[in-house]
Amino acid sequence: MKIILPGRPVASGQTTQGTDRPQPRSRRWRRGRGPVRDLWIGGVLIVIVIGFSIASPYFLTQANWLNTSSTATEVLLLAVGETFVICTGGIDLSVGAVLGFSGMAGAWVMAHWFAVASGPDVLSVAVGFLVAVIAGGIFGALNGVLVARTPIPPLVVTLGTLGIATGLGNLLNNGQEISTIPGSVETFGNTNLGGWVPVPVLIAAVITAWCGIVLAKTRFGGYTLSIGDSRESVIRAGINDRRHLFKVYLICGLLAGVAGVLVMARLGAGNPASGSSDNLNAIAAVVIGGTSLFGGRGTIVGSVIGTFIIAVLVTGLVITNVPPFWQEVAVGVILILAVWIDQLHLAGGRTRRRSQQSPPGSAIPAFIPPSVTGRRNGHS
Amino acid sequence: MSVRLAVHDLAKHYGGVDALRGVSLQVDAGEVLGLVGDNGAGKSTLLKILAGATPPSGGEILIDGEPVRFANPAAAREAGISTVYQDLALADQRDVVANFFMGRELLSTNWLGRRVGWLNTAAMTAHTAGEMARLRTSIPDIHSSARNLSGGQRQVLAIARAAAWTSKVLLLDEPTSALGVEQQQQVLQLVHRVRDDGIAVIFVSHQMPDVLAVCQRVTVLRLGELAATLDKDQLTSENLVGYITGAKTGAAPATGNSEGRQSR
Repeated sequence: MKIILPGRPVASGQTTQGTDRPQPRSRRWRRGRGPVRDLWIGGVLIVIVIGFSIASPYFLTQANWLNTSSTATEVLLLAVGETFVICTGGIDLSVGAVLGFSGMAGAWVMAHWFAVASGPDVLSVAVGFLVAVIAGGIFGALNGVLVARTPIPPLVVTLGTLGIATGLGNLLNNGQEISTIPGSVETFGNTNLGGWVPVPVLIAAVITAWCGIVLAKTRFGGYTLSIGDSRESVIRAGINDRRHLFKVYLICGLLAGVAGVLVMARLGAGNPASGSSDNLNAIAAVVIGGTSLFGGRGTIVGSVIGTFIIAVLVTGLVITNVPPFWQEVAVGVILILAVWIDQLHLAGGRTRRRSQQSPPGSAIPAFIPPSVTGRRNGHS
Repeated sequence: MSVRLAVHDLAKHYGGVDALRGVSLQVDAGEVLGLVGDNGAGKSTLLKILAGATPPSGGEILIDGEPVRFANPAAAREAGISTVYQDLALADQRDVVANFFMGRELLSTNWLGRRVGWLNTAAMTAHTAGEMARLRTSIPDIHSSARNLSGGQRQVLAIARAAAWTSKVLLLDEPTSALGVEQQQQVLQLVHRVRDDGIAVIFVSHQMPDVLAVCQRVTVLRLGELAATLDKDQLTSENLVGYITGAKTGAAPATGNSEGRQSR
């Protein structure tokens, strides 16, 4: 009952004692689970696109592509950072608020310090962008320190920083947007390469591709998944789990900062409320894309598909004259269905494992960090 | 045979409680030493001290004749002692290769690969496959996730991983409990192969048949003290149970033998 896969070295298949629990059918099915999941959710995206294309002649047009991709850009960057965080078994609720704060911080610096100084726009813009990204990084670092070093659950930590970032963003200009920034910012944010590729979309695409490689192909990505899977195993292997968690939240914050820059560039202003609806959209995109809220499993490709499902629903419903509020309903339904189907996939494996041997601490609920469920008994 | 690990007069007090009182034992390279005793006999404490998880209150530990002190588990690993705890510490959703190399991943050797930490998946896969084949484990597919392995295969993976990265001493905590008969046999065979690689193995177990099957000598603890160290010719179920329960006491010739070895 051995499964010998073509083109792959047979790992010790030559044992005589054999496999003690042969279940080739389900095992083979589960082996292909990750890709199957991506295909499945990608199929949903394609079906939605085809549906809108039939419903409206304006859907597959340049104007709508620009609209959709711009909508997707900011959510995409947040979703990419969120994918890393959720893969570690955590959550970052603050990304949307950090996006808004970053844009405000960058705009504030540009409006206040450089309006008075007569210098070239380029310097002012560069400093403004840098400040925005750093502002995101500071919140990411704050989240990272608190999640990695304290027993406070990530849900609570980032709910707190969500409030802090929202409040600080509003304080910068009394809740109003800051539009007195160099005009070149807006020019930058609305430049199209060849009419089809807005610069912000290009930037987001490059970052996303890079992050996809990091998560899937590098040691950093491997540690990210392993921490979410079993933090104890990572600690025992001598990996500095705290430093790694810090880096993951830092990256998430930096990406929110970059998203803040891109939104500011698109709007030509810093808007404190600009990310408030992106928060849950980003998390929904990640989860729709097949990343497990329990940690240990996830792909950037899935998050990209999830992001585009949401973005296409937004613009598609507008184009087909459906009240846009239905978009929220549709995203909610898809979110629940996606997780439900995911759990059905998992159910087989879970029951089988339980029947063999109790896996200690394998069923840690989402958002509860291992630090709460029993931390490093003497293991440093 | 050279003495790989020796423990002299090891003690551990928790407040006023003596968990371990003057315990001595030694393991040769390429030997499996059983460590048995009833609950509360001090097995776990001894294991924790050897794994570096807790410092001893007194006594000394020697590896290859050199005294060592472990500030933490990482120090114990550095010194060549690996431990497989009962929970195995496997990442369930990652595959066998990722678990095997956890914390010791092979990276691409070119400049860019080192900079970004690009995993050398091909080399890791080949090495894992080779190691699994060499140890003749029963894991059918090293690309399946640890979740999909049987209890015995998971134990085998954890032991093979620890054995692959340890050079000197392997501590196994109840490796055969909660396993079916055939899976127990797989684990015991793996322990034999690890021993044949010249690693000193300490086998902590409540399963007397497994202890008898795999160990050359057995140290029995009772109430935090050394009850006896039994050599191969004294290893019977009756003797083990006798010393564990205290029905027999330290007058056995085994203790003399053990003393003789230690006085070298």
